[in-house]
Amino acid sequence: MIAKPTMILLSPVNVLNDLLQSLGLSADSINFVVWPLIQIGLVVTLVALWVAYATYLERKISAFMQARLGPMRVGPWGLLQPIADGIKLLTKEDFIPESADRWIFFFAPYIAVASAFIVFSVIPFGPDWAVIADVNIGLLFVLAVSSVGVLALILAGWSSNSKYALLGGLRSSAQMVSYEVAMGLSLIGALMFARTLSLSGIVAAQASDSIWFVVYQPAGFLLFLISGIAENNRAPFDLPEAESELVAGFHTEYSGMRWSLFFMAEYAAMVVVSAVAATVYLGGWYFPFVYRLETSGHHNLFVLVSLLVFLVKASLILYFYFWLRWTLPRFRYDQLMDIGWKWLIPSALINIVLSGFAIFAVQALDGYRELKTIESLSHGLNLTATGKGVMIAFGLAGLFITAALLSRINWRSRDFNLRTQRRNIKLVNVPKGKPAVQPGN
Amino acid sequence: MHQVEIATTQETLLDSPEMVLNMGPQHPSTHGVLRVVLRLDGETVMDLDCDIGYLHRGMEKIAENRMYTMIAPYWDRLDYIAAVSNGLVWVETVEQMMGLPVPPRAHYLRTILTELNRIASHLLWLATHALDIGAVTVLLWALREREEILKIFERQFGARLTCHAWRVGGMPNDAYDDFNKDVRQFVNNFPKRLDEYETVLSENRIWLSRTVGIGVISAEDAIAIGLSGPALRGSGVAWDVRKSRPYAAYADMDFDIPLGENGDTYDRYLVRLEEMRQSRRIVDQALEKLPDGPVNAKLPKIVKPPAGDYYHSIEAPKGEIGCYIVSDGSAQPWRVRVRPPSFINLQALKQMCVGHLVADVVAIIGTLDIVLGEIDR
Repeated sequence: MIAKPTMILLSPVNVLNDLLQSLGLSADSINFVVWPLIQIGLVVTLVALWVAYATYLERKISAFMQARLGPMRVGPWGLLQPIADGIKLLTKEDFIPESADRWIFFFAPYIAVASAFIVFSVIPFGPDWAVIADVNIGLLFVLAVSSVGVLALILAGWSSNSKYALLGGLRSSAQMVSYEVAMGLSLIGALMFARTLSLSGIVAAQASDSIWFVVYQPAGFLLFLISGIAENNRAPFDLPEAESELVAGFHTEYSGMRWSLFFMAEYAAMVVVSAVAATVYLGGWYFPFVYRLETSGHHNLFVLVSLLVFLVKASLILYFYFWLRWTLPRFRYDQLMDIGWKWLIPSALINIVLSGFAIFAVQALDGYRELKTIESLSHGLNLTATGKGVMIAFGLAGLFITAALLSRINWRSRDFNLRTQRRNIKLVNVPKGKPAVQPGN
Repeated sequence: MHQVEIATTQETLLDSPEMVLNMGPQHPSTHGVLRVVLRLDGETVMDLDCDIGYLHRGMEKIAENRMYTMIAPYWDRLDYIAAVSNGLVWVETVEQMMGLPVPPRAHYLRTILTELNRIASHLLWLATHALDIGAVTVLLWALREREEILKIFERQFGARLTCHAWRVGGMPNDAYDDFNKDVRQFVNNFPKRLDEYETVLSENRIWLSRTVGIGVISAEDAIAIGLSGPALRGSGVAWDVRKSRPYAAYADMDFDIPLGENGDTYDRYLVRLEEMRQSRRIVDQALEKLPDGPVNAKLPKIVKPPAGDYYHSIEAPKGEIGCYIVSDGSAQPWRVRVRPPSFINLQALKQMCVGHLVADVVAIIGTLDIVLGEIDR
């Protein structure tokens, strides 16, 4: 069968299926071998491009924030800059310091990149064929694999045999371990609503309920974003590579392509966190009214539009990261630990309790004085409008309750309420020509 | 190179809970070729020692073999960030030795240009200090403002950074045609921009937690070490050479000295920001009152100050820079000595850093605002 051009655009899946079957492949091998390979190829290309152009975007955005133009020379508006950079880095000498632990030094960048890229296998970019693998422990898989990335940093820092790299590696291990806890805990609130760990399932739960979990879980969303930044070693938590203190942190001794693998891993990890945040809290590929395409019979168009929706959502979070990086100064190491252990982890725990309480309240209110809050419990928690209202009220109240409890816990902390410590300076106008030495106060 | 006197408690790195870390001379935030040897327990600084001299050019010795008028360009290279102020201390000292009557217009122009230079120097300090603490955007914003000043310098002196601004007895030439307009434009635009920088930093939680209570030095210690400039005023000591021994046209100017209370990094930050505002005020006033007339005094063919010792100091952006000249009555000084503010301010580094973390060392080096060209000479 020869498809019309418009048909190819709207249903690439069917056309390719027919083509492969006409080559004599069985349906099983098409579904479980050929398609996953195509998907993997596409996703790796897409993500690599995304990562490359994330660097371009970051340079442009930072440039606009700093009253300059950013890359302008390579291609129109410097659009080919990432490619030029890639070629430059690939053709550089692959230098390994003599005193370095050769093999570990050699392999550490690969671990970093691999752990960042593998996560994309379970991210639902869209419905149906836009997911490579819908693992039923998807979120757990994401957390587990992305935490392997910390190994790469430790190994790189240790094997470089340089003091700056060692300090960077130590910092990164401590930082990642403490922020992983906060990150995992902050997700639990959303999981209580979704009642599944599968990322596709989480999106489906939000789609079937026509709501984004961010409105139920504003505190959880904020916590996840903050700990995600720390997890990715991005400013203001970029201590492992704090260039003004540790030269370049764990990758001080790296150069050329090996250095750029770390760079890519950093950006890929950033994309991962943005993608997970978009999936869990912003409804993933779900957007109101896009579903009508499906019901009107344009299935593949629906998938493509959903894919676009997902990319836009993730990119917005990515932009938020760029924005923070170019605005805020850097925390100090001990302050970073304070924030992790004294603020983020307690608030994540409080958030879990409050979410549980909210769910309990919604269920208890169902049937009380003829209130109807629950629609069904088949796909996650389906609530009626009243139920949603109650849940949103609990979510917002949760923000204040968390803030109040945290202030209660931390009121002795040195960093608490620094704003009141802002001082003004005195201005004195001493008589002219008279020595004015006098110790202050 | 001198032997750095820092020893760990154990013999090898692995046995020891302490680590010796060489920060510099090749390091992004030691502000030049300063080498700081840190003894660390984890990340806490137990002890440190500064190793200087990587930029030593023998300025004071060179000066013994040059005529008085030929030395001035060397002096511009002491603190190359503030070449205008550094040049001024030399020519004013020589003028005072000779008893030369410098025309008032030259005095006023000197006041305007050194104050502009102070703003430029403080802007560079703000840029690098913020960068050290991790706020990258402030760097480029501050450099944008500095660019405006450098443009004025380029038109006036013919160079942006290494400007040789003064001659003994006045100035090489009068202000260029659009000087008043350019300076006035800068003076009008500057406060708005400075407020913008303050919104990014002054009330920023992270900035506060990185600077409040970091690198504290009390007024007594500051005087004992001999700190000067914003580092001294941050501790609350009202000492400013512009007020106490006015030179150029400062006696006619109305301005305030900002004083900190606690002597920490945050106070010094506020003091320097306020100093920029006060400098702007001075430029504004001096531009209003700028008299007409010649800009150069009549000089003898060869400058030969009478024999004797002379000391004169001015308030450079980094602190009090002084010049001590011993003359034997010939055309070359017998001995010259600089009172270098950066060098003396650096002595406070150990006292400020011990007990803090590595990240704070960088912040403290930034807050001292040192320039290695002047430390090493």
